[in-house]
Amino acid sequence: MFDTLSDRLGKALEGVRGSGNLTEDQVKKVTREIRLALLEADVNYAVVKEFVGNVRERATGSEVSKALSPGQQIVKIVNEELANLMGGTSSKLSFASRPPTVVMLAGLNGHGKTTTAGKLALFARKQGKTPYLVACDTYRPAAIEQLQQIGRELGVPVYAEGTEPSPEEIAERGVKAARDGGYDFVIVDTAGRQVVDQNLMDEIKRVRGAVRPHSVLLVLDVVTGQNAVEIAEVFKEYVDYDGMVLTKLDGDARGGAALSVVSVTERPIKFASEGEKMSEFDYFYPDRMAGRILGM
Amino acid sequence: EFKDAEDEEFWERVEEILITSDVGVPTTAKLVAELEQEALERNITSGRVLRELMIEHAVRILDKPVELDISHKPTVLLMVGVNGTGKTTNIGKLVSFLPGKTMLAAGDTFRAAAIEQLQSWGERTGAAVVARERGADSAAVAHDAVEAAKAEGADVLLIDTAGRLHTKMNLMAELDKVKRVIERQLPGAPHEVLLTVDATTGQNGLRQAKLFHEVAGVTGIILTKLDGTAKGGIALAIANEVGVPIKMISVGEQIGDLHPFEAREFAQALFGDL
Ligand SMILES: Nc1nc2c(ncn2[C@@H]2O[C@H](COP(=O)(O)OP(=O)(O)OP(=O)(O)O)[C@@H](O)[C@H]2O)c(=O)[nH]1
Ligand SMILES: Nc1nc2c(ncn2[C@@H]2O[C@H](COP(=O)(O)OP(=O)(O)OP(=O)(O)O)[C@@H](O)[C@H]2O)c(=O)[nH]1
Ligand SMILES: [K+]
Ligand SMILES: [Mg+2]
Ligand SMILES: [Mg+2]
Repeated sequence: MFDTLSDRLGKALEGVRGSGNLTEDQVKKVTREIRLALLEADVNYAVVKEFVGNVRERATGSEVSKALSPGQQIVKIVNEELANLMGGTSSKLSFASRPPTVVMLAGLNGHGKTTTAGKLALFARKQGKTPYLVACDTYRPAAIEQLQQIGRELGVPVYAEGTEPSPEEIAERGVKAARDGGYDFVIVDTAGRQVVDQNLMDEIKRVRGAVRPHSVLLVLDVVTGQNAVEIAEVFKEYVDYDGMVLTKLDGDARGGAALSVVSVTERPIKFASEGEKMSEFDYFYPDRMAGRILGM
Repeated sequence: EFKDAEDEEFWERVEEILITSDVGVPTTAKLVAELEQEALERNITSGRVLRELMIEHAVRILDKPVELDISHKPTVLLMVGVNGTGKTTNIGKLVSFLPGKTMLAAGDTFRAAAIEQLQSWGERTGAAVVARERGADSAAVAHDAVEAAKAEGADVLLIDTAGRLHTKMNLMAELDKVKRVIERQLPGAPHEVLLTVDATTGQNGLRQAKLFHEVAGVTGIILTKLDGTAKGGIALAIANEVGVPIKMISVGEQIGDLHPFEAREFAQALFGDL
């Protein structure tokens, strides 16, 4: 379905060889191809505009080297610019200086929060922590049972109070129970919500206030399209997350959303979720993402 | 405001609206080319007229019969889709949307508490739920359910399935098996195979629709989570490039939040900012 960007640039620059600068016309052809490739990968329209501008600038001035074909050279520039936007290095799981470390998850309906809660618990345990889960989704049918089943499989305790109390009350008491029980890594699962739902956005802000988390993670499905930026910005406004979890990376989505949200919110993607199994979870490696977005 | 067919700025704005609604490059290019042509031929200079024309073109792609075929007894409906797109929730909502006696089948035997989630919808709507234990063969649940629906004279049987990415060959093969088991129990069934597509989905939605259609013969799409910020332009791309009709929209988590798809309303919302 998609041609790789290298193929496309190769075609756009057919017949261009050797040294010398690319002509204006060639640069134009090239930037057109880059633009299309990024839009097909779901990179945000405004982000694409800026990105293509940067590449154009660099490509116009640059000497075509002897070692690389002009196509390769442009690919190199694009890759460098993408890596810049995605942020350089991957970050590590960090812990509160005074335990327990409290991590709160937030995100749209169905993007993978509850699954991520379990995965993160397992991940933390592998680093010597004692995880504890708190079930604050009081809306979705059987959301609490879902977290409980995940906890049971992993052997991680789950704090739940049913669906009557408010999420912020459950969250606050859950964190206290973890502390009293000597657990040092608490993960707070929350209900899925849409950013236009004022009540639910206010609510998740209160949950954040009630638990004062060490870290807030926005859980985002890699298939998210042009809306990713708006979603990420509104969640940032309400819960000021410090990082993101990109989910469902085991599929074939290009993941332009990742590039868009990182460049706009300046929050790193910290974790990659790539499967339904609890172990299919790792740190996020930005350099791998650039190639994925461009199909290289 | 639109000046004439040569008005570059205007066409750029149209393109921006379509792309930022996730319509995608090929379908956007097709629409813009058609409109440019028509604007030129008919010498259109009014923005209002052109906006109407755009809506017409989008409607032409989208306007298909949206009624579900529930003329069988029992009618069997199979819900499929990638993870988290809204299958189980919309099965729950369909119980009250469809007339007659409805039964549910807990075909997602994989995800934690997927069975309990469906059972909770069963309690909420009064529909009986056929289920086996977690980890059971999904095709076996479908088999039980078709038998139960026939035996108990249900009008409609709604079968839930586990979320699966269209790229997972083994899971897609499992879906094929579920479908064949249903067919064997009741020739002609499933009568509807609905694919849930999340409105926030970008261009990957095309792959989802294409591959699910190939394996399961999708008869219609439920475009979900349209209550969010996304306009769901991927549905237009799917209708245009895969040819599967959009039949319903889901605009929330509650029972009343499921509606028949209205092509014109959808197209109007798409060009609302123009
Ligand atoms: N293939 C795949 N599926 C995933 C991944 N992460 C989560 N899922 C699946 O996505 C679906 C939704 O996951 P949940 O964890 O329930 O999502 P959620 O955000 O908690 O959903 P709500 O609480 O309803 O908003 C489930 O079927 C999960 O198994 C992933 O990385 N890959
Ligand atoms: N806001 C909103 N939420 C929805 C809509 N449809 C479903 N949801 C929510 O989306 C999440 C996932 O819905 P499910 O019905 O569990 O999705 P699913 O496809 O069955 O998920 P898996 O079985 O895990 O693949 C839940 O939080 C639902 O309440 C909708 O139209 N609007
Ligand atoms: K009914
Ligand atoms: Mg959840
Ligand atoms: Mg489900």
